[in-house]
Formats: sequence, C-alpha cells, structure tokens
Amino acid sequence: MNTKQKLVVIGNGMVGQNFLQSLAESGIKDQYEVITFCEEPRPAYDRVHLSAFFSGKSADDLSLVPEGFFENNNITIHMGDRAIDIDKENQLVFSEKGLTVSYDKLVLATGSYPFVPPVPGHDRENCLVYRTIEDLEAITAAAKNSKIGVVVGGGLLGLEAANALKDLGLETHVVEFAPRLMAVQLDAGGGAMLKKKIEDLGVSVHTSKNTTNIGDGDNCFHKMTFADGEELETDIVLFSAGIRPRDDIARNSGLDIGPRGGIVIDNQCKTSDKNIYAIGECALWDGRIFGLVAPGYTMARTVVADLADNDASFTGADMSTKLKLLGVDVASIGDAHARTPGAMVYTYQDGAAEVYKRLVVSEDKKLLLGAVLVGDAAGYSTLLQYCLNGIELPENPDSLILPSRSDESVGLGPDALPMSAQICSCYDVSKGDVCEAIEKGCTTVPALKDETQASTGCGGCAPLLKSVLDSELTKAGIEVNTDICEHFPHTRQDIYNLVMVEEIKTFNELLDKHGTGRGCEVCRQAVGSILASYWNEYVLKKEHLSLQDTNDTFLANMQKDGTYSVVPRVTGGELSPDMLIASGQVAKKYGLYTKITGGQRIDLFGARVDQLPGIWSELIDAGFESGHAYGKSLRTVKSCVGSTWCRYGIDDSVGLAVELENRYKGLRAPHKIKMAVSGCTRECAEAQGKDIGVIATEGGWNLYVCGNGGMKPRHADLFATDLDKDTLIKYIDRVLIFYVRTADRLQRTSVWMENMEGGLDYLKSVVIDDKLGICNELEKQMQYVIDTYQCEWKTTIEDESKLKRFRHFVNSDQTDENIVFVEERGQIRPANEEEREQLKLTEEA
Amino acid sequence: MTQWIDVCSVDDLQPDSGVCALIDGRQIAVFYMSQDQAIYAIDNFDPFGKANVLSRGLIGDLGGEPMVASPLYKQHFNLKTGVCFEDESIKVETYAIRTENGRVEIATVS
Ligand code: SRM
Ligand SMILES: Cc1cc2nc3c(=O)[nH]c(=O)nc-3n(C[C@H](O)[C@H](O)[C@H](O)COP(=O)(O)OP(=O)(O)OC[C@H]3O[C@@H](n4cnc5c(N)ncnc54)[C@H](O)[C@@H]3O)c2cc1C
Ligand code: SF4
Ligand code: FES
Repeated sequence: MNTKQKLVVIGNGMVGQNFLQSLAESGIKDQYEVITFCEEPRPAYDRVHLSAFFSGKSADDLSLVPEGFFENNNITIHMGDRAIDIDKENQLVFSEKGLTVSYDKLVLATGSYPFVPPVPGHDRENCLVYRTIEDLEAITAAAKNSKIGVVVGGGLLGLEAANALKDLGLETHVVEFAPRLMAVQLDAGGGAMLKKKIEDLGVSVHTSKNTTNIGDGDNCFHKMTFADGEELETDIVLFSAGIRPRDDIARNSGLDIGPRGGIVIDNQCKTSDKNIYAIGECALWDGRIFGLVAPGYTMARTVVADLADNDASFTGADMSTKLKLLGVDVASIGDAHARTPGAMVYTYQDGAAEVYKRLVVSEDKKLLLGAVLVGDAAGYSTLLQYCLNGIELPENPDSLILPSRSDESVGLGPDALPMSAQICSCYDVSKGDVCEAIEKGCTTVPALKDETQASTGCGGCAPLLKSVLDSELTKAGIEVNTDICEHFPHTRQDIYNLVMVEEIKTFNELLDKHGTGRGCEVCRQAVGSILASYWNEYVLKKEHLSLQDTNDTFLANMQKDGTYSVVPRVTGGELSPDMLIASGQVAKKYGLYTKITGGQRIDLFGARVDQLPGIWSELIDAGFESGHAYGKSLRTVKSCVGSTWCRYGIDDSVGLAVELENRYKGLRAPHKIKMAVSGCTRECAEAQGKDIGVIATEGGWNLYVCGNGGMKPRHADLFATDLDKDTLIKYIDRVLIFYVRTADRLQRTSVWMENMEGGLDYLKSVVIDDKLGICNELEKQMQYVIDTYQCEWKTTIEDESKLKRFRHFVNSDQTDENIVFVEERGQIRPANEEEREQLKLTEEA
Repeated sequence: MTQWIDVCSVDDLQPDSGVCALIDGRQIAVFYMSQDQAIYAIDNFDPFGKANVLSRGLIGDLGGEPMVASPLYKQHFNLKTGVCFEDESIKVETYAIRTENGRVEIATVS
C-alpha cells in the first residue's frame, strides 16, 4: 500500500539540507519518500564558515546534519554520487554510479561553482579555488611549500581567501580586474578606504589588473602577466572571480535557463517544468542569482509550503551584508550605489581613523535606501532596520553616520522596531517570533537560540537579538537577579569595583559597608577570591581565613574520605630525575597513592590533615612549590617537548610554558585557569583546549584564548598571530586581568567570552586596540601580582601559629579513625562502606 | 545530669571558622561566629559525604539562621538545631557549649 510520492533532491549543500530539514519538520513529511544525491564525499556542511577550517574546525565541526538525521527521517542519501541526467517526460534521474530513480517531484539544489577565467595557464598545478573542504585541503597542502600567494578577485570571497593565505603565513596579494575592491557592494570611496586598510595589514592590492597569462616563474612556481605588461611571481594562484550556477543538468534536460546561466524559477521556485523546483545558488529569479544562504533558505521554505499547498512566494531577498574581512569591518546595505532615481547621498570620511560611511536616502530624505560602512560597522543593525522596515529617518539623517559628539544616542532602540521586523535573516526570525519565545519563558540568549534558531547562522544578528531580549524583559518588569547571594545586593563585578575603588582589604569591612547578615560560603569564597586577585595577600592571613573553603584552608584538595591530595607544581611538565625521585620518596614515606594527573604533574593522595605540613616541608626541601591545585587560580601550563627535541618543533614550547607558569602561578581568578604551549601546529599540548593556548609558528607565537575541556568543551578562539614573546605576554597579562575583573564567580573564560557582548572582537578591541584605555592599568596590576607572589606552603610551614590548624582535633593528638585504606593494584585507596564493616568485625573479633 | 567538659582555650578557636574536638570518643565540630560572639557545637560527621569533615566547612547565615556548608557536597546545616536546610529529615546532633574563664566547655549528658 505504497501511496507515498517520491521526492528527489539533487545536491546536499547548505540549501538542499535546509530544505530536507524544513520538510522533516513540516506536516507533510510522511507524504513523501525522499531520496537525495550528494556529490561531495560528506553530507552538507557550513560553507559560510568554511574558513574556520583553517583555524582548526574539522569537517565534523562544520557539519550541518544532526546525528542520525537521514536515518530518523527515512531519507535515502546517495553519498558521493552525482546526478548526471534528468528525463523530464518519464520523470527519471540518472546518476554517475548508474542508479536510475523515478520521481514525482524533483528539487534542484546544485549550488554554484567558482568561475575560473580562461587565461592561458589557469589549469596549472597550484592554481586553486575556494569552495569545498577538499579545496581547502589542497590549499593547505600547496601552502606548505610556498612563500607567496595571489588571489585573483577582490570581491567578498576573494578577500576572505586572502585572509586564509595570510594566516597560512604566505606573502599575500589580491589582483582585481575592476578599479576597486568589492565592486558589487562598495562605492568608490568605500573601496578606496578598504584598500588602504587592507594594505596596512600587509596584503598587497593590485586593482585594474587584467591577467593575460600564467606561466613558469623565475623565483616562484608561477609568473602572472597582466594586460599592462606588469608581472607578478607567485607560488599559488587562488581564483575567486565570482560564481556560476551549476545548471548543466537542467540545461541538458531542456529546462529554461537564463541568458547568462541559472535555472529560471517563478515565485514558487518552480522551473519551466511544473514537477521540478530549483533553489539556492543554482536558481535564477527575476534575472538574479542570490549568492547568499539566507535567500536560499527562504526558497527552501517556499517549496515546502508549495508542496503542502500553502500559499508562499519567494519575492526576492535583501542582499545587505556585514563582514569582517582581514579584520576590517565592512557593511553594505540596500541600494549602496544610489541607483534609485532622485536618491541623495551623505558621506562621512575620517582619514585619521580610517572610517568611511555613506548613506543613500530618498529624495524627500524620509527613507533610507542604502548605506556603505567601512572601518566601523557598529551602526549596521540600526541602519538595516531603517532600510528594511521603511522607518522614517530623523530630521538630519547624517546624524546616523556622524560620530556622536554628545551623549545623545542616535541608535534605533529595539522598541522602535515593528513586530514584523526581521531580526535574524539567516533563519527568518522576526521580532514577533522573538517576543513570542520570550513570553513562553525564554529569558536568556541561549534559550532564545534554541527556541527560534535566531543567531545560530552567521551570528551577525546576535547583538540585536540580545537588545530585543533585554528591552522585552525590562518592559515585562522581569528583573534578572544577578546578586551573588542574599548577603550582597551586587554582582561579582560590582564587588570587584567596590574593592578596587574603596580600597577594601577585608571581608568584614566589605560586609559592614555593603552587605547584610554574616555571609555564606558563596560570598565568602567570591570575596576571598577577589581580595586575593587584587591585593594578593597570604590567603591564610587571619582576616582571610574564614573566606577559604577547606581546600584553600589546608592548601590541598579534600578527597571523599576527608583526606587530602598533594599536588606540587611541575612547571611546564618538566621534572628532573632528582625531583621525580624526591616525590617518590615522600610518597613512600607517608604511604601515599601516586598518580600522574591529566595536567602533566604528580598527585599524591591519602594524606591526613596532620601529615600535610611534614609532607610539604620535605617537598619544599627537595625544591618543589605549591601547585595551587586547590585554588581557583592558575593550574598548569601544559607543554609539548617542542624544538629542543622534537623533529617538527618550531620553537621552544617547554621554555615558554615554564616561563608562563612561573609568571602567572598564584594568580587567583573567578575560576581555574589552564594554559598550554605547543611547539608546532601538530598541537601535542592541546593548547586550543585551554583558557590560554599558544602555538609556535614560523612567524612567531599564535595566541588562542577562552577554550576549555571539561563538561562543555570549547575550542579556543584564535586571538592574534605571529607575536613576538613580549607582545604575547603583554596580551596574556591584559586578557587575564580583564577576565579577573569582569567575569562572574565560577565562570571559566569560555563562558565569560560567550556572554561578552561583542565577543571576540570586543575582547580584541580592549586588549589589542586599548579601546577602554585600561591596558596600562591591567598590566600594572598583573605586575603587582607577580611581584607579590609567595609559595603559600613555604609561608605556612615557616609560621608556627599557622601549623596549629593542621591537627584533626584541637584537644587531642589522635587521628581520624574513620580514615581507613585498603590496597588495590599495589597502592592504597579509601575503603568503601562494606570493607569498613568487614574491618571493624575483624578488629572486634 | 549535665557535666561541662573542658575542650580548649578560647584562643584556639578560629574566628568565623571551625575546629574539631574529641570528647568521649565523639568528634564534635566547634564554630565561632565573631560578629555575634557566638559559639556552636554540632557533630563533625557529614551524613551525606560520610566523612568527619563538617568542622572544615564555611560558615555564615541563611535567612538569618547560622549555618555551616559541608566542604564535600555543600549541604547546609543549621548550627543551632543541626537540621539540614536542603533536607529537613536529616539532622546532626547539637551540643550545649559555653566559655568559662577563657576556656571552652561542652556539656555532655550522662
Ligand atoms: C587530579 C585531576 C585528575 C587526574 O587524576 O588526572 C583532577 C581532579 C579534579 N578535578 Fe579536574 N582534574 C585534573 C585535570 C583536569 C583536566 C585536564 C587538564 O587540566 O588538562 C580537566 C579538563 C580541562 C579543563 O579544565 O578545561 C579537568 C576538568 C575539571 C572540571 C570541569 C571544568 C569545566 O570547566 O567544566 C572540574 C569541575 C570544576 O572545576 O568545577 C574539575 C574538578 C576536579 C576536582 C577538583 C574535583 C573535586 O572537587 O574534587 C578534582 C580534585 C583534584 C584533587 O583532588 O587533586 N576538573 N580536570 C587532574 C589534575 C590536574 C592537575 O595537575 O592539576
Ligand atoms: C568561503 C565562502 C564563504 C561564504 N560566506 C558567506 C556568508 O558569509 N554569507 C552568506 O550568506 N553566504 C556565504 N557564502 C555563500 C554560501 O555558502 C552559499 O550561498 C550557499 O552554500 C549556497 O547553498 P547551495 O545549497 O545553493 O549550494 P552549495 O552549498 O554549493 O551546495 C550545492 C551542493 O550540490 C552538489 N551538487 C551539485 N551538482 C550536483 C549533482 N548533479 N548531483 C549531486 N550533487 C550535486 C554540490 O557538490 C554541493 O555539495 C560563502 C561561500 C563560500 C565558499
Ligand atoms: S606539537 Fe609539534 S613540536 Fe610539539 S611535540 Fe607535537 S609535533 Fe613536536
Ligand atoms: S542573521 Fe545570520 S544568524 Fe541571524
């Protein structure tokens, strides 16, 4: 009783997959048996973030297909098989591997291919393109033996490709046929400003250059010759000269094709055959191809609606874009070239700050038609909303692009937006959708993302989403309580500032001035940590003692049976045979269980509280220091063996790890901090999984920040490349103190970063560009912490009065009889309850 | 009849923190809340973590009631009544305690 219709989808790219997903979520999914052809060796992945592949994202990370998606939805996918022909009359599709599949409905989602100009030599070795994961693998391989790379094409994708070449360490050039960069989006002024900024970053830009030949080079692999007679030598040529729709199978089967390519579709995305649809970059609507994903997704939704007999039409799409290209903010909105009759233009240019802005407004100055922003795209969301929603402009439209000299904000608050305003264009989420989700109880950005998908695509709409959320919550009178506990009506950040500004040195002083009651374990520890970060006094000083949880009080980690573990510092994981023997001897003498930790050091377990001072004085005599395994503070700086021994090592990773660990040891923070240094990109130290990660490259050190393992692993973000050691250390100082000052309690750097408005870019602007003007202060504070470092164990064993605490009883020298060990694999471990009972019985007997 | 047993000097107490005393084979956690000049005594045994550790917990108040937070899994116990804030069916023993001529004394009932 097979009444199901057959639906075949050709192409499992971004749009093809989005279509399958929309279909799977729709009410008509059970009416179709779905089959899809996927030419690439893997199912759909996120092409938009393709470049992240170079900063360490794997093909899996980029995948757009939820686990089990095809199985769970009964979709047959023919992987690595290309559809080669369509028989419209008999409704059949033929594949390269020899399959013949019939269809009732057919969807073409074949995307596009990079256009390679037919210059002589274009097919030489190391002439590459930038569209698939395989392309990127080829680029990486070619870059290994190359010094210079040229990108042909100065459009959006070309500049992204140039960035990749630069990050791969190549001397990078961009060759553009037109007289300016990004000719499609930018006007002449914007293009010129962009060129200047990009050249400042060390990428050479050659405009108005027509390549006529690629041949053998003298010093490099290729020599490019241009129409004006000039030449350029390079090892790699990367073509990014535009895209062309993949319409060949549609063309061969007789579907209507546009004069310059593209499968012609109507408002329902139907081709000239009523059973065949085309969506995404292969489709031509109203004479236009849309080279962005959002319009493709709209087409996909339109087809699902059409299949379900619902009214829906594709009526074009907004092609506004905001990007960061080679670190430069660029945005283009609507009619950027002022082609609308009667359009008027305002331009603002700040040569010193390298900012260019242009507004295109209607003749009556009431409506915004378009805009171009280079160097500062902060106003993008606001301008886009004016443009898309036809919101009437303020009396002086230029106030929108002039730097505000007063406090008066010209931003368009989220309240001014109509409910229909689109917040997220990737997933077509309107302000109304967001408000509905908020009413349903989504009161955080992550919850909204889950519920509406907003901000899960390109991420460009994240700030707007957050501001809509904030304003709705305020309007609903929902106050998000951010107090750290019932004793202080303040956030951790507020308390940090109070400590700093009022120079408060003790918990009791803070409680007197700003709190109520007697405190609790939450505020005591948080304040203890803040005081320690800022004043860096001995944590067991009388005034601070009551702020430390047991681990900090006894400078050791409490285990399940009330015993403690002892973790001496092993800087960078480097340990001499003598020190190794010494730790073994101590362990043996006190009968401790020994284990190598996941942080490249040695942990000794099973010490009673009264044994700790003895153990530590022997360790200190042997040259060890406290490892702060008990503190919310720097833990370890993991290293790989690096250039000193490893055949691939580029720089001395162990040396740097030791130096970093010695520099930051003892720094107390909102949560623990872990670091690692790898000697080359093989990354044996797993630096990209750490709060601070450093990797040696030919050009210097690459710095990664805000990664972690643990419960919710997060890859660290590449923060800066090719740094010399002084700059590297300066940046780490600043990032860490900024974290210490602004994070919530028990917030790892990863979560801190994810909650930071403006994210990575904002952190960069604070740390690299000193946007807040505090870098000096941050460095000074770090220097103070470094200068006042002490080994807490050394201070403790030298102070008789402190040692008094290391007894189980105040009134007896007996030890805790509840601590009982048994043996396993030749070492001790705490006895479990059953074993305890057993032991008690034997003793009594 | 109540008998007061000498434990230690007042100076042996840790302000806003705890110590452990051994009395008749029982482990008793003794806390000193400096703001109120108050001292409390409860069992040292943590019924959740099943280890003798309560004297090493952080102290303070919850809604005005004095409490200690277990260093193992962070349950809170009322220092006056011994009742667990998270689970009222669980209670640790409490003991009468006083200072006399600079000495700390705990009462045992025999
Ligand atoms: C000893 C050790 C396991 C081992 O035998 O290898 C260990 C033991 C503990 N870890 Fe860990 N972690 C150890 C390496 C790690 C690592 C690996 C690493 O550092 O490379 C990770 C993942 C990496 C990371 O943190 O990003 C790790 C992620 C955690 C987490 C989860 C953190 C997170 O952000 O999700 C916790 C829980 C927490 O801190 O809140 C944790 C907490 C703990 C605690 C403190 C749990 C506790 O409260 O008792 C354990 C006590 C340590 C002790 O008694 O000495 N441990 N822990 C490792 C000590 C390393 C060292 O030399 O200091
Ligand atoms: C580096 C890069 C950066 C980008 N950045 C952005 C951005 O920031 N914002 C944005 O909106 N867009 C961006 N894009 C464009 C975006 O990736 C495309 O708009 C989007 O991928 C189009 O989706 P699609 O499904 O139409 O095509 P594709 O994703 O190309 O998918 C088409 C798939 O069909 C397969 N196929 C083709 N023919 C056949 C056949 N006969 N049989 C079987 N399979 C076939 C192809 O192999 C391919 O896998 C970027 C693109 C690149 C390359
Ligand atoms: S990361 Fe590189 S240098 Fe370090 S050990 Fe691994 S291969 Fe060698
Ligand atoms: S606009 Fe791209 S994720 Fe929202």
